[in-house]
Formats: sequence, C-alpha cells, structure tokens
Amino acid sequence: MTDNALPTAKTTTAKTTTAKTTTAKSTTKKAATKRTPVKKAATAKVATAKVDGAQLVKFYRDMVLIRRFEERAARAYTEALIGGYCHLNLGEEAAVVGLMGALRDTDYLFTNYREHGYAIMRGIDPNRTMAELYGRVDGVSKGWGGSMHMFDMSHRLLGGYGIVGGQLPLATGAALAIQYRGLDEVVMCTMGDGTANIGAFHESLNIAALWGLPVVFVVINNGLGMGTTVAKASAEPEIYKRASAYAMAAERVDGLDPLAVLDAAQRAVASARAGKPFLLEVLSERLRGHSVVDPAKYRSAEEVAHLAQFDPVPNLAARLVKERILTAAEVHKIDEEQAARADAADAFAQASAQPDVSTLFDYNYATPVANDSRRLPGEALFATVARPTAEVTR
Amino acid sequence: MTMKTYRQALHDTLRAEMLRDENVFLMGEEIGVFEGSYKITAGLLAEFGEKRVKDTPIAEEGFTGAAIGAAMLGLRPVVEIMTINFSLLALDQIVNHAAKIYGMFGGQAKVPLVIRTPGGGGQQLGATHSQNIELYYAFVPGMKVVAPSTPADAKALLLAAIRDDDPVLFLENLALYNTKGEVPDEDRPAEIGRAKIAREGHDLTLIGYSRMAYIAKNVAETLAESEGLDIEVIDLMSLRPLDRETIINSVKKTHAAVVLEDDWLTYGIGAEIAATISDGAFDYLDAPVRRVAMAEVPMPYSKVLESAAMPTNDDVVSAIFQTLEAVGRRLKKVGQSHD
Repeated sequence: MTDNALPTAKTTTAKTTTAKTTTAKSTTKKAATKRTPVKKAATAKVATAKVDGAQLVKFYRDMVLIRRFEERAARAYTEALIGGYCHLNLGEEAAVVGLMGALRDTDYLFTNYREHGYAIMRGIDPNRTMAELYGRVDGVSKGWGGSMHMFDMSHRLLGGYGIVGGQLPLATGAALAIQYRGLDEVVMCTMGDGTANIGAFHESLNIAALWGLPVVFVVINNGLGMGTTVAKASAEPEIYKRASAYAMAAERVDGLDPLAVLDAAQRAVASARAGKPFLLEVLSERLRGHSVVDPAKYRSAEEVAHLAQFDPVPNLAARLVKERILTAAEVHKIDEEQAARADAADAFAQASAQPDVSTLFDYNYATPVANDSRRLPGEALFATVARPTAEVTR
Repeated sequence: MTMKTYRQALHDTLRAEMLRDENVFLMGEEIGVFEGSYKITAGLLAEFGEKRVKDTPIAEEGFTGAAIGAAMLGLRPVVEIMTINFSLLALDQIVNHAAKIYGMFGGQAKVPLVIRTPGGGGQQLGATHSQNIELYYAFVPGMKVVAPSTPADAKALLLAAIRDDDPVLFLENLALYNTKGEVPDEDRPAEIGRAKIAREGHDLTLIGYSRMAYIAKNVAETLAESEGLDIEVIDLMSLRPLDRETIINSVKKTHAAVVLEDDWLTYGIGAEIAATISDGAFDYLDAPVRRVAMAEVPMPYSKVLESAAMPTNDDVVSAIFQTLEAVGRRLKKVGQSHD
C-alpha cells in the first residue's frame, strides 16, 4: 500500500512524457494495481536546456509565498480563527506556479476547494485571500465563500468549488462561451485525482472534445483522494490515459518540478487555444492530511518519513544554491520576506470587518424579484391577525 | 392577440428572443435535427444554425453545467431538459451550482440561465417518466421557478425568464402543449414572483399551477354554471418566489381553500400553501385546507391504475363540495352559539 500510495514521478526532474493518449496502451491488470513508473522521456534534456535562473527564482518566491501562506492559514485554523474546512496546497506549490505561469491574464481558471495558492498566483492579493478564510468583508468572495469558494472576475478566477467535479461542466461551458464569441482565451480547470472517477469528468471531457472547446483539464494526482489511494479508486491509475476515450491529447508530468509543469502546461494551453482540449496529469505530493484537521493516520510511518525528500520547496532552494543562482543567504532572505508577507495577510484579515448582519439577503438574486424571502429564522411570515368578530358571526 | 397553442407560444417566444438578443442560444438533447421531443424548437436549427441551437450528447449534468458556465460569462442559454425526470441527473449542477453561484461568490457572477422542462403524467410512461418534481427546485434559495398554465402566460413568463439574470426553472407540462388560448402579439414579460387571480369569486379559493391551474379554471367555470358557485381561482405562476400575499388575501375573503397539485401530497407544494394559509389566515378559515394531489405510488403503466393515481376534475369537485359542506357545518355551529 505504501508503494502504491506514492506518486511515481518524484525521481524525475525533467519533463517526463509527451505521450499522446491516442497511442497509449490499454491498461494491464498489473497497471491497475500497481502504479507504473512514468517513462523517462527521451526529451529529458529539454528541461535542463531550458533552465532560466530568473524564472526559477520567481518560482521559488511564489512557492515560498504559498508555503508560508498555507502554514499561516493552518495556524489560524488550529487557533479557531478560521472556520469550515481548510484544504492546503502544501506539496503542490511547484504544480501551482507552473500551471498558473502558463495562463495569460485573459484566460480563466476554475479550480476545486484546494485553491488558496491558485488564487494568489492568479494575482489576487494574499490579504484578500486570507480575509476570505476569516470570513471578512475584504475577503475575495466578501466572506460568502470561505476557503473552498474563492472567486474574482477581475483576475479571472471563476471559482473554487467544494463539490468534487462540480467545476468541470462549468469550465466546459465557459470555454463554450469563449468559442461562441470567437475569442482567443482559454479555460484551465484543475481537479484532484479522485475527480477522474465522477460522472461529470466523463461528460465534460466528452463534450469538450466533441465541440473542440478551448479548455485544459488538469488532474493534480497526489496519490490520495482523502485517504483512498489512486490504485484503490481508479481502474486506470494512469489518469492521463483516460483522455484516449475522448480522442483528446494528454500528458503526464512531474508536478514537483515547476519548470516541467510550466513546459507541459504551455503545450496544453496552446493546444486548447487552437481548439484542441487537453488533459494534463500532474503528479504531485500531499505533504499533510486531506485538510488541516486530518492527521493522515492511514499513511505509514515509512511513507511519511519519505515525504520530506519530495518537498518541492526545499528541493528548489537546494537547486538554486547548487546551481549558484542564489546564495544561501538570498534564499533565506526570500523565506523571511514571504513569511512576513503571510503574517501581514493574517494581520490584514484579522483587522478586516465582519460582515454586517443587515447584508444577509444582499445576494438572494441578481434581478430583484417580487416576494423574495427575507425572513430571519425566528420571524413569523405574517403577523397574527384576528378575524373581525362581525365576520365570525355572519 | 393571436389564438395559438401553448407549444406554439413557446416556440414563437424562443424564436423572437433569439432574434432580439444574440447571446440567447438553445442547448439540449434532440432539439436541433430532431426538432425537439415535443417539437417546441421545430425549425430553429434551420433558421439559426448549430451555434445557436446546440444538440447535446445525453449528458444532463454535463450540458446543464456547461450552460451555467456559459451564463457566468454573459451568454443567456436556454436549456431544454427533455422531461423534468431527467433533470435529476443534473441536480448537482442546478442545486449546488446554478442556484449558489451568485450568492456563494458574493454577487460577483450572475447566472442568466433558463431550464425549460415539462412535467407530466397521464401518458402511460411509467414510474420514471411521469413525475412532477418541481418542488425539488422550488425548495432551493437562489432558484426561480415558474409554471405557466396558458399560452399567454407561457409567453409572458418565458420572456421574463430569458431576460432575468438568475437561473429560472421554467416548468411546462405535457398535457398543456396542445391547449389553445389568445396570446398578445406584443412583448409583455410577466413579473416573476406574482400569482394571478385567474377567476374572481367569493365562495372558496382554489389554488393550482401548471396543469392543475388549468383544471382549476375548468372546474370553477363548470360549478358556476351547474351549481351557481362563485369560486376564486389562483394560478400560482411562480413557485419560487411564492406569492403568499395573494393567497392569504383571497382566503381572508373566501374563508375556505382547496389546493391542487400534480405532485405527491406529503411534503409537496400543497403542504407549503396550506402552511402559508395557516400562518396568515388561520382565524379566517371556516374549514380545514384541503389538498388534492397525486397518489403516493411510483406511477403505474396500466392505464386503469395510472388514471386512479392522478387527480381528476371529479376529485377536485368532490374536494370542493366536502370543504363547502364543512364550511356550512361551521357556519351553522357559529350561528347557533351566537344567536
């Protein structure tokens, strides 16, 4: 179980595969029960050739910001300052920055409930992101959404969604609207590995491929759907191969290497922009439980002990120093700056006002409507009126 | 005014709205090449092309959700779900997404979506194809649910629904498609959230929507002729929001009410109406509120059993007589105690 639970791409640091699923072999019984290693592609040199110091430093800054933000959020959550559920991007930072780096400002993102890092990387102020976790008026969704439901039209984040798979039909429809208007925009729709097993996944990929919609479906495969391994949930654990059922192009990439993710995401986005939707599977790691409160006891001590070596943030720091792109002191300075940024976001959120109860019915409807209910729980629908006595004795 | 069928009124309104606004487009199963299972969209593919009239795969969750996503970006999709039974496959997209998106994101995205779908029964289609489950949607904040009973109202409510910025479930009915009525030639959208006094009267309030409003009007006219009864008929028109005020005001006048519904009685729309009357006109009632509703069984295929399960004109007449009889008993008792 331990072996099966671990994503297999962690030993590769380069772009791993460009396999078109239309040529992918069908699943063997072995593949269904044990995760097959990602093929080391002959194109591995691409990633090393592409190393761009400035790009790596930017990735590192962003990844550390997400890391510190999530750690700060987890702290606030355990202090009961944040309510509801709180799913963190810890371990997913390289995937987040690589994916978001491939989008233009005019492109759209639909994502799921594990979304704080995506919101920040779409350009949303971490202060407003944190304020949403606190349920305050300055929150990105004005305190109506919380951790799972962030939305900002100006940054084209069209929602975090709490229902597994709920965002897929929506993203498909947004892509339909883009096609309808003849625009040059793309929709990216991210999801977890468990989502590949829900009906909306099949319906949406089929419709997207059928109609040639500009959408990239991204599966973040961290090996675990809550506590259930991919091997235990998916008959075809190599999720990118599902695309072959829709004659859709697909790739699987190492999600612990931000450059590899960026590279693959750029190809996927370019394909979608040309009217060919794409399925991108990003092999990632979940360093902690499903959400803050999950101690992840279903993972063995051995597995947990191995996790640290797959942590993309210190790995990238080590690489930056080793390749002499940054000094250890410079890396440390970035860490401190981003920790301060996360603390500032937390301070901003704490200082932000609570919503006024009088705003409870402000978003009942976009078009005002007669007889809209604005009743508080204890209020009567009608004042009790006695029938006039004259009428009773008629 | 032009005399036309409910079906024709829907067709003509869809066409006119597509001509008026390029953002209005249609999606659904078999609406294009096949021209619609009930032919509401006949001829529209030929006139507007595949971009505006999109035949979809059999994937209610997928295409209803896609319509919601397109609406979030400002298009105005009108989805046809072949019958309301199949809307269950899109329940997550309608309830968790269409109805939630405006409020859940703090008013940042509107969902100007119309879902047209017929309810029904009485066509020997069996248990899974004869349900009236509009209640599921009328229950949900964020949704608007309308249910016209005449060709004129079908036009007026469809105009309102398409021009509204919220998700609207537009309930049609298989038994109404061929009914005829005068339809205004000009565009006068109805006001969603308002019921209509379809017939004024003083003896009893008869409340219904969709097919049962049609039956209510017929029964009221028949009893006016045969019994000289003066029955007030309320056509709810809008199930969410619900126009409680109109119901209460009527019952305060008539002191008796019979509620007609094509759904099941337990927890049904009629239960909400009865509770409303209890809340707002309890002291004015001279008899318990009576409900006429579908028998609580999976609809049988057999014509005999199906007919027995569905409310008929006779059931309505009988409920009215029993209610008036109860009113008479009460009046007699009240009269004695106060004489």
